[in-house]
Amino acid sequence: MKKNNFIKYFFLIIISVISVYPFYWLLVGSTLTDTEIFKLPPKLFFGSNFLTNYKNLINNQPIFSAFKNSLTISVIYTILTVYLSALSGYTFAKFEFKYKNLLFSIILITMMLPMQITLIPLFKLSIALGWQNKMQAIIIPALANAFGVFFMRQNMLSVPTELIESGRIDGSSEISIFHKIILPTSLPALSALAILSFIQQWGNFLWPLIILQEKSSTTLPVLLSMMVQRGNVVHYGEVLTGTVINILPVLIIFLFLQKYFISGIYNGAVKG
Amino acid sequence: MIKKNKYTPYLFLAPFFIIFSIFVIYPIFNSLYLSFTETKGINNIFIGFNNYKDVLTDKVFFKSILNVFLILGVQVPIMILLSTIFANLLNDENLKFRWLFRLFIFLPVLIDLVTYSIVFSLIFNENFGIINYVLELLHLPRILWLSGPIASKMLIIIAITWRWTGYNSIIVLAGLQSIDKSLYESSEIDGANSITKLYKITIPLIKPILLFCAIMSTIGTIQLFTEPQLLTLGGPNNATLTPIMYLYQYGFNSFKFGYASAVAYIITVIVFVMSLIQIKLSRGDK
Repeated sequence: MKKNNFIKYFFLIIISVISVYPFYWLLVGSTLTDTEIFKLPPKLFFGSNFLTNYKNLINNQPIFSAFKNSLTISVIYTILTVYLSALSGYTFAKFEFKYKNLLFSIILITMMLPMQITLIPLFKLSIALGWQNKMQAIIIPALANAFGVFFMRQNMLSVPTELIESGRIDGSSEISIFHKIILPTSLPALSALAILSFIQQWGNFLWPLIILQEKSSTTLPVLLSMMVQRGNVVHYGEVLTGTVINILPVLIIFLFLQKYFISGIYNGAVKG
Repeated sequence: MIKKNKYTPYLFLAPFFIIFSIFVIYPIFNSLYLSFTETKGINNIFIGFNNYKDVLTDKVFFKSILNVFLILGVQVPIMILLSTIFANLLNDENLKFRWLFRLFIFLPVLIDLVTYSIVFSLIFNENFGIINYVLELLHLPRILWLSGPIASKMLIIIAITWRWTGYNSIIVLAGLQSIDKSLYESSEIDGANSITKLYKITIPLIKPILLFCAIMSTIGTIQLFTEPQLLTLGGPNNATLTPIMYLYQYGFNSFKFGYASAVAYIITVIVFVMSLIQIKLSRGDK
């Protein structure tokens, strides 16, 4: 039995090291000079070049505008998609109306299709609307979030109908019932969807790469990918400092809202 | 009785469905239409199934499909197995430092695809990366992770497995925790050991969840883009080219919208068929 336990802990420690090492390495790398990064044996401990890397990064790359763009896009998108998904999910869960099943089936079917099927028309549409290098090109199409509606509908099913009826008896309008009764009682589900949406949008790559090609209007992941493009001289000290900036918001959210994060992944998966 | 306004549901759904129609429904049909056309100047000329014929007979496209199937054929089973093992280990209430191990295993879920691809390109750098350095210390040959046709696929497999095993472990772990403990207790009375319990109770009960993970991972891998784009740029000699990279190149480097739309539809059909097959397989077992 003892030996069995030893193997188990040994295995878990190895797995933990493998999981954590790339994070540790990008932190270490951000404190090294470019030559130190490509030195054998590989450095395992922090260097002293972080401030220089940081200074070079802000001088050579529009890192702050990329950070601001990423943050603005992710925050606005998260607020809007959570609100729209909640409103639509609530309607599907708690109202009876003509074509309800048809409309919901359409949403379910599009959930099964790969998003790339819309890519070319979306590009043409965004160009026609003059949205190239503009944030709305990322935010507005993404609001057609079939998963969000589905996720909120599943959660709203368990909201007691008496709660809604009592609001109606009090003479509240339907929209104020939604705002004053439904939204506050669904906070855990709203938080879970918000965290999932934020993280997904924060890491969004393919569509911003296509539509936000200007360096000053693009997001952090696209800027980082431009910095490591083939054929250029790549300053890895700066790149890794950039990746540290890029992962910070998500790590902070995770530390504070771990519970919602995990329930979001699970509910999104199992109820999905 | 309180009178409900019968237009309320439609009003509530309107904002979502307006956006949904413009940015999802219309593009789905528009790209079907485009896939039968070729752009000449400002006109779209109808060319029937020519785009489909060209895509399906292009060896490079075929190779990109083969690549993702080779990758997912190896990666998905390994990852599902690892996720099940991790989830089982983490489900043990007597495990010391359980919360810490759980945190570590889940951590890769938090990193975005671009960042981890950059980090992996350095860790697996053929000359200066720590992986090849360790291999040399162990007197093993260095591996050409970025320039070897097989090794570069291995690198993609290792990268995706690192990124997604924690994610799937969360799902499997939550599934394990929803199993009624009395099932285990009554089987213990019947004299079942831990391996019988695993095969007779745990696996059958979490099978739907494992299937869900397998389907999502399969679909995700068919749509692979960021990792090969940043790690290998599809190379060497298209050994890690994926269908979405192929679509991206035709759509947004050479702006052949008709051709790229045909590619998108073919990928969609493949994704659809793969999920149907996996659902069928799971039902066939019963």
